Amino acid sequence: MNSFFSTWSWKMAWRDARSNKKRLFVYISAIIIGVAAQVAITSFRDSLNTTINNQSKELLGADLEIETEQTPPDTLKAYFKELGGDQSTITEFPSMVLFPKTGNTRLANVRALTGNFPYYGTLETMPTEAALEFKSTPSALVDQTLMTQFGISVGDSVRVGRFTLPIGGALTKVPGESAATAMIGPRVFIPQSVLDSTTLIQRGSRVEYKQYFKFDDQRDMEPIEARLDSLEDHLAIDIDTETIAERQEEIGEAVSNLGKFLNLVGFVALLLGGIGVASSIHVYINKKISTASVLRCFGASSDQTMSIFLIQAVVLGFLGALAGTLLGVGIQYFLPSLVSDFLPVDVELTISWLAIGLGLFTGTGVALVFALLPLLALRKASPLYAIRTLDESITSLLDNKVKASIYTIIVFTVFGYAFLLTESWQTAGLFTLGIAGAFGLLLVVAKLLMQTVRRFFPSHWSYVWRQGLANLYRPQNQTSTLMLALGLGMLLVSTLYFSQDMLMGELQFANRDDAPNLIFFDIQSDQNEPLNQLMEEQELPILQNVPLVTMRLDSLRGRSVQAITSDTSSHVRSWALEREYRSTYRDSLINSETLLEGEWTGRADPSQGAIPVSAAQEIANDLNLEIGDSLTFDVQGVPVQAYVGSIREVDFRRVQPNFFMLFPAGVLEQAPQIYVTVTRAPNQEASARAQQAVVQEFPNVSAIDVSRILKTINQFIDKISFAIQFMALFSILTGLIVLGSSVTTSRFQRIKESTLLRTMGASKKQIIKILSVEYLFLGLLSSFTGLLLSVSATWLLGYFYFDITFVPNGWVIIIGTIVVTGLTILIGMANSRSIYQRTPLEVLRTETT
Amino acid sequence: MDVSTILEASNITQTFRSGDHQLTVLDQINFTISSGTTCAIVGPSGSGKTTLLGLCAGLDRPTKGDIKLNNVALGPLSEDERAEVRNKYVGFVFQTFQLVPTLTALENVMVPLELRGQKTEDVSEEAIELLTEVGLSDRLQHYPSQLSGGEQQRVAIARAFINKPKILFADEPTGNLDAETGATIEKLLFDLNEINGTTLVLVTHDLSLAKQCKRTIHLKNGQIEKDESSSPVKMEQINN
Ligand SMILES: Nc1ncnc2c1ncn2[C@@H]1O[C@H](COP(=O)(O)OP(=O)(O)OP(=O)(O)O)[C@@H](O)[C@H]1O
Ligand SMILES: [Mg+2]
Repeated sequence: MNSFFSTWSWKMAWRDARSNKKRLFVYISAIIIGVAAQVAITSFRDSLNTTINNQSKELLGADLEIETEQTPPDTLKAYFKELGGDQSTITEFPSMVLFPKTGNTRLANVRALTGNFPYYGTLETMPTEAALEFKSTPSALVDQTLMTQFGISVGDSVRVGRFTLPIGGALTKVPGESAATAMIGPRVFIPQSVLDSTTLIQRGSRVEYKQYFKFDDQRDMEPIEARLDSLEDHLAIDIDTETIAERQEEIGEAVSNLGKFLNLVGFVALLLGGIGVASSIHVYINKKISTASVLRCFGASSDQTMSIFLIQAVVLGFLGALAGTLLGVGIQYFLPSLVSDFLPVDVELTISWLAIGLGLFTGTGVALVFALLPLLALRKASPLYAIRTLDESITSLLDNKVKASIYTIIVFTVFGYAFLLTESWQTAGLFTLGIAGAFGLLLVVAKLLMQTVRRFFPSHWSYVWRQGLANLYRPQNQTSTLMLALGLGMLLVSTLYFSQDMLMGELQFANRDDAPNLIFFDIQSDQNEPLNQLMEEQELPILQNVPLVTMRLDSLRGRSVQAITSDTSSHVRSWALEREYRSTYRDSLINSETLLEGEWTGRADPSQGAIPVSAAQEIANDLNLEIGDSLTFDVQGVPVQAYVGSIREVDFRRVQPNFFMLFPAGVLEQAPQIYVTVTRAPNQEASARAQQAVVQEFPNVSAIDVSRILKTINQFIDKISFAIQFMALFSILTGLIVLGSSVTTSRFQRIKESTLLRTMGASKKQIIKILSVEYLFLGLLSSFTGLLLSVSATWLLGYFYFDITFVPNGWVIIIGTIVVTGLTILIGMANSRSIYQRTPLEVLRTETT
Repeated sequence: MDVSTILEASNITQTFRSGDHQLTVLDQINFTISSGTTCAIVGPSGSGKTTLLGLCAGLDRPTKGDIKLNNVALGPLSEDERAEVRNKYVGFVFQTFQLVPTLTALENVMVPLELRGQKTEDVSEEAIELLTEVGLSDRLQHYPSQLSGGEQQRVAIARAFINKPKILFADEPTGNLDAETGATIEKLLFDLNEINGTTLVLVTHDLSLAKQCKRTIHLKNGQIEKDESSSPVKMEQINN
């Protein structure tokens, strides 16, 4: 270490560097982009966190939110009163809205408001005063995106249920909600005073009652929550509370998950850069063996010689990191536009010193760690190599133990950094494993390639082809490096592409000719017949018409739900215990259902004892259900004794109502029920016409237009994948830079021999051809291998995670391979210009010494 | 052992293995060189001269046998300890010059002294003087690639001189030079021997150079064929 700080080492490092500027720039360029990606994201995450902390109150809009699924019972109302403070109520439910001016209908998220909510932050509207006036006017606030979509303007009217009211303003922002919320369920605010007139709150409607509080005193929330918990048990209803701290944590977590993911994607770019550094410094140091040996002859110690190049590596790594950091700070300003739709706050960008420090440190660290192998090998360079040339790569001087420890250091560095980013051992481990696996596979393919070419060398081919091919395995080739850089970049990008393609393809089901695409739900019993008639008039087929009975679980295996939820040792998921079940009854299974266990009973008689019901596999897992387990349902006040008669697999991806609990016929017929009707509209117009007709006549009935949902999902995936692709772009860029730098380094290798060939009479054309052949094979094989790996990765992802069989698109593979190969040749040729631009003598003089 | 012995080679054997073929380049070489003498090693190409010189200077370890340099046995020393010995006592001129390509002529010459921790300012004057002596005063800031073969060789000689070594090994020091420059270099070498008492060990094909040395070792097929001591012929006598 002493020699690292000696002036001599620094002087020598500078002297050596000054005439190698170009090569050294190549060496650092690879990490710039990766560092930039890390700094940009980390800095952005930091700003986002600060923003969330600063605006934490606006995230909830109040000090406390209490939510129930039914009108709060009197006991609860009394407690609200007791709590005091300023209070607001929101009654929130999905409903169709209709714009009489254009006749457009849309399933919206309706919120009936009374009180001064939000207490923190504002409902942003155009015009601004609409947010304050709509309760007294009364008028509605409609999501601006929805208004733009249908060409509606302020002053036009909107019909909600049976009530029509003017639109007072366009809603642009609700505190604590992201723009993407509007995409999923466009929001419509109405005054609570008109709620009854809409007549929308009926049996079976899914309504959320939210009570908001603003306290003037700094009240401790814990006793309130404790009290509400005991009320929840006492009243046997579901009461959800949320405080500012909880909301902040929740949102912070969601946001940081996105950030972590993007950070990991960006980290791949840094790793690719590391490979670039490793390969170029390897070649560089290989060239320095004789210099090091001569210095050794004159008495330099192994530490001294290593220090010279260690200093270069550290300084250059730092410079690269610095450049990357500056770039990253700049790029940070582009990130908000990528993800702002998903963020509940407007990010206030700040310069994050944490991100800058991290960027400088990791950039330098990565450069150093990846340079370790050749640097340590240099210590072994004996003075002997001043009189004899070393014909192998310098790293062959290291024994396997040292190499193994260096690789271990690299793996741990990657793992450690991934852990730092994700704060999860598991994710970091999986990431490291995945990357190591991909590296390993690509290296194996590279090795196989070299062996195969060597083994089956086409000796009868023309000279140019033979020479180009031989370059793949000759000493100091770039095959492995390029294979890694190109292959890994390709793997990453195409896996993203393929996964998206696979998911989208899977979602296209609705466009099949016979698939249902329009679902009406919340149909009251007395509306069912007339609605079916209306479908007939509209010439739409009734594909399914299913009764729906809402119920809750009362007890499971003889224990009450309350007892199970409060038992911390129980493994049963509480959401599954407490949720509202919407079950149906029929006498047979349908084709989207497969019996897995037990026996399906099509008809039962409640007077003959417990009813055999069929549970879907998903719910059976969450409730730990086994055949024969007893269940008691509370069917709107009436207890129904049942047991698990069978467990069935349900294809939930079908567009149709699917049920967790399926009852046999003969039990629920008399229970209060609502209906769901499934149909297929031949086109958009027919679909819109049917929806309008239904809304006119049955305003409480909601419609799900599957093709619209698909469009929304499409937009959603597009937006998310754009953010991911943006991060992947860093990897592609780094891949290209590594490609460029590998090609440049290999040029340093090839230039002398190309020149020698020229002195021996090879034409410019021949030399260009030889090099193109080399790059052709490298590009072809690495991109093809990367693609194959990504096809396997996507297939595995589909098989194990999404349960989809992935069929790759052959054209994508062919075109991808061609594009990347073309790019490789292009960059290769561009970088090799000097071979034919300078005279052979000039080249030989500078390149041979 | 005689105090005035600077180099002692005992039973040096060097074999190289290439594949399953074993090549004995040096076979049980024994000799001692006394301090302050001049010695030429001659022999046909491939006879092992460079190999022997490298071993004597401690650049490599022999397969068998040991070298004592300035009364220090090199065998047990670590690579770094040998480096120190070289820096203190040994100068080396390579057959292929081996200038550091990224250093200027002047910087190349300064390396050995800078390695001792001396400041650039303190050693540059001496280096410039040496370069002037070998006729390169106008080439100080040139890089090796900007120098001719002979010029590079002269820089290499200047570099070998600068640490005033006790023993100087030179592999074909005048091989690439014209008669006149060659003569200047030879004079430099022998002056160093006479004035500083530096022991000279030269490998050469040039018989007139060999004749100026007090002793000539003839190598052939890895063995010492002849070891003759002669009263050195003076330069003037040859030139006349
Ligand atoms: N590392 C090695 N591996 C195999 N053989 C070697 C190695 N080093 C040297 N040799 C062989 O040893 C023999 C002696 O080489 P050396 O360089 O010492 O010869 P030399 O006498 O200096 O010849 P020249 O006058 O041509 O310079 C040669 O035949 C050479 O091929
Ligand atoms: Mg030789």
